[in-house]
Amino acid sequence: MNVIASRPAPQYPPHARTYRYDEIDREFLAERIAEFSDQVARRLRGELTEDEFKPLRLMNGLYLQLHAYMLRIAIPYGLLNATQLRQLALIARRWDRGFGHFTTRQNIQFNWTKLEDVPDILRALAEVDMHAIQTSGNCIRNVTTDEYAGATPDEVVDPRVYAEILRQWSTLHPEFTWLPRKFKIAITGSPNDRVAAQVHDIGVLAKRNVAGAMGFEVHAGGGLGRTPLIGRKLRDWVPEDEFLGYMEAVLRVYNALGQRDNIYKARIKILVRDLGDAFVEMVEREYATMPRDPYRLDPAIVAAIAAHFAPPPFAALNDIAPPEDPEFAAWASRSVRPHRQPGYASVTISLKPVGGIPGDASADQMEVVAALAERHSFGEIRVSHVQNLVLPHVRQDELFAVWQGLRAAGLATPNIGLISDIIACPGMDYCALATARSIPVAQRISERFADLDRQLDLGECFVNISGCINACGHHHVGHIGILGVDKRGEEVYQVTLGGSATNDAAVGELVGPAFSYDDIVDAIETIIRTHVAHRALGERFIDTYRRIGLTPFKEALYAAA
Amino acid sequence: MSSTPKARPATAPVVFTANRLRDGRVVWLGAEGSWVEALAAARVFPPEAAAEGLALAKQGERQQQVVGVYGVEIRHLAGAPVPLKFRERLRAAGPSIAAEPAGWRLAS
Amino acid sequence: MPLLEDGRIVDDPWVTVADDAPLPEAPTILPLARLQREAAALAGRNGPLGVALPPDVAPEAIAPLLGRLALVELTLPSFRDGRAFTQARALREHHGYTGEIRVGGHVIPDQYLALLRCGASTVVVPEGADPAVWDAARRVIGIAYQHSAAPGHPLSLLRRKLEVA
Ligand code: SF4
Repeated sequence: MNVIASRPAPQYPPHARTYRYDEIDREFLAERIAEFSDQVARRLRGELTEDEFKPLRLMNGLYLQLHAYMLRIAIPYGLLNATQLRQLALIARRWDRGFGHFTTRQNIQFNWTKLEDVPDILRALAEVDMHAIQTSGNCIRNVTTDEYAGATPDEVVDPRVYAEILRQWSTLHPEFTWLPRKFKIAITGSPNDRVAAQVHDIGVLAKRNVAGAMGFEVHAGGGLGRTPLIGRKLRDWVPEDEFLGYMEAVLRVYNALGQRDNIYKARIKILVRDLGDAFVEMVEREYATMPRDPYRLDPAIVAAIAAHFAPPPFAALNDIAPPEDPEFAAWASRSVRPHRQPGYASVTISLKPVGGIPGDASADQMEVVAALAERHSFGEIRVSHVQNLVLPHVRQDELFAVWQGLRAAGLATPNIGLISDIIACPGMDYCALATARSIPVAQRISERFADLDRQLDLGECFVNISGCINACGHHHVGHIGILGVDKRGEEVYQVTLGGSATNDAAVGELVGPAFSYDDIVDAIETIIRTHVAHRALGERFIDTYRRIGLTPFKEALYAAA
Repeated sequence: MSSTPKARPATAPVVFTANRLRDGRVVWLGAEGSWVEALAAARVFPPEAAAEGLALAKQGERQQQVVGVYGVEIRHLAGAPVPLKFRERLRAAGPSIAAEPAGWRLAS
Repeated sequence: MPLLEDGRIVDDPWVTVADDAPLPEAPTILPLARLQREAAALAGRNGPLGVALPPDVAPEAIAPLLGRLALVELTLPSFRDGRAFTQARALREHHGYTGEIRVGGHVIPDQYLALLRCGASTVVVPEGADPAVWDAARRVIGIAYQHSAAPGHPLSLLRRKLEVA
């Protein structure tokens, strides 16, 4: 019945560890695209009203933004191979304006798509086993995980295996497609949280017990937005085979009881906050009364999926000293990260050039990264939750060549983790919900702090910017958070300090009255000067802030007033 | 959705805007129920005729030409309509940033 | 309004009665409050009984009565409100309910397949609805990645092939 179903498997780099679709997955995807293409056709013919079409298009990642339709494409837990990244470049050129925007949910969005082109774009995506399913709408969204999975030395469990299991389980889940509100799951397999697990609807820490058995610590009810909340731990230990059953139980309680009459109170975090321990008990009761067998996660299934993520054929190498080139060394000090395999490293590619749009990459740049990945990283690329890219497995003796390749493409800004490595949502330049612009604020801040020596002197500092209270730019958990709001038809910016998204997750504190668009960069400058005046030797901004509190910053910012 | 709910009655002249169904582009209600891409060609309704304008614009929604109709208050500057609110000025003009990432393109 | 089963319009023998109307002989759907109030009196009745379960009531509330109910009607107040999906699953899974689960309210064809997979038997469709559209909607996707109440056979990994009656 479907042409796409019988198409040949795409040619992938042989050792890139992405989940490899088989005939069944491809048939499913073909069916789904046929379904949505039909829905688009019905909409264009006027057989579906916008009211009816909207939730359907959202479930396929299609938004209507300020200036155009925006298509958000799922990059499952941020994993791509070179063939897939090339296809994204092709889509950017053919159906958009030659670039794409990587998001904090490890997805990519195209800002200038046309409704009538969407079926063609989806078919082009399906050619490389990609899609836009559930990147929006009140359903379980793309699961996110550690961008260094399978590479980082501190990993206990490879989270990709369980992220893929969650992906499959949540795909067109019959019961959880019309939830009260969107639902975001993050999973990590390392004790050092790099996925902001505690500010997700469900945050999962995969771990092993003393006997070596696999299990999961499950948190729920975290989230940002209008009501930022840190999640509550539901269970310290869910055995591996009970993982999906337990997830079902959490979602079921939420689907039955989450608020439906007030969009601002519909996320699970409100239910968890309001019910407290009773929520945990309800989940346990639901789980206890469920039939276990149909939901049991068979170890054979886990093993079969884990095989997709086996280590690539690493060469037997030893760690080596980096070449002595000062410019390379400056880049490497920010972008190169230790690997679990001797002689290898992970490379973080900055999508935050000075004055650039955070997370944007041109089609040409995507192709450069794809080629570098093929040559130096087993054809594998990751999208990080701070809107950068990662080459996970690079030989140390090839780092210099990678750097040269990146530098030639404007992708070697040595600012990872520094003040100009800014997270910014699209804001009012694209987003229909925005109350202010985000991107130009990020651009101006990165220009103000363009001096690399100054950035290095300041050390790690996360600036996060959102264009409205929905907090897609995670401003609450930025060391410095900036929220653009509307004040009588003009943009103003509120500043919060002290947020964090890591193990010590915290919501930032509001520093005082908002700043105008013109003044916001000076305000950030004042905050940084205050930090520098008070810091102990080598102290990061966040640590200074925690030590001295809000008052010195407040005084410096509002002294003149 | 791109509509700003507007409960209070208009106090300034109003134009009507929406996104075109098939490609999502910003359009304005022009003469005789047409939808035009340039704000300058939008039909301007005096505040007291805002309801009439909205009814006309809504027809475009019913005929499945456009999506998310709403009214935008404007003033005249050198003869051209200019929205009062920053958001609407930005929406009319397009993104305030370069539409392509700064940085690097292949020489070809 | 027309009733849809297995993708076809079927006769509907059931009548829905108000809170105080006399009970007919025909199969009857009662409001929940009346069912609960008159449970004892209804015990002697021969004709089939059903109940309209509001979206905010857990099936648990009618668990003791399920043995006597040949039909439970669920409602989507808006097609965006998916509580009925969980109610249907709970009825089938937790309570082993085998009678008819009917879904009314604002249901769209694009939800038909998922409703069936959650255990629904029939759907009340708008007057003039084209059954062909609904029938197509339940066949559009033949593969699922998770267990459900609808028949299907496992393929491999989490996947299964759905079977359409
Ligand atoms: S935070 Fe607001 S402005 Fe930014 S992308 Fe999200 S919804 Fe849009």
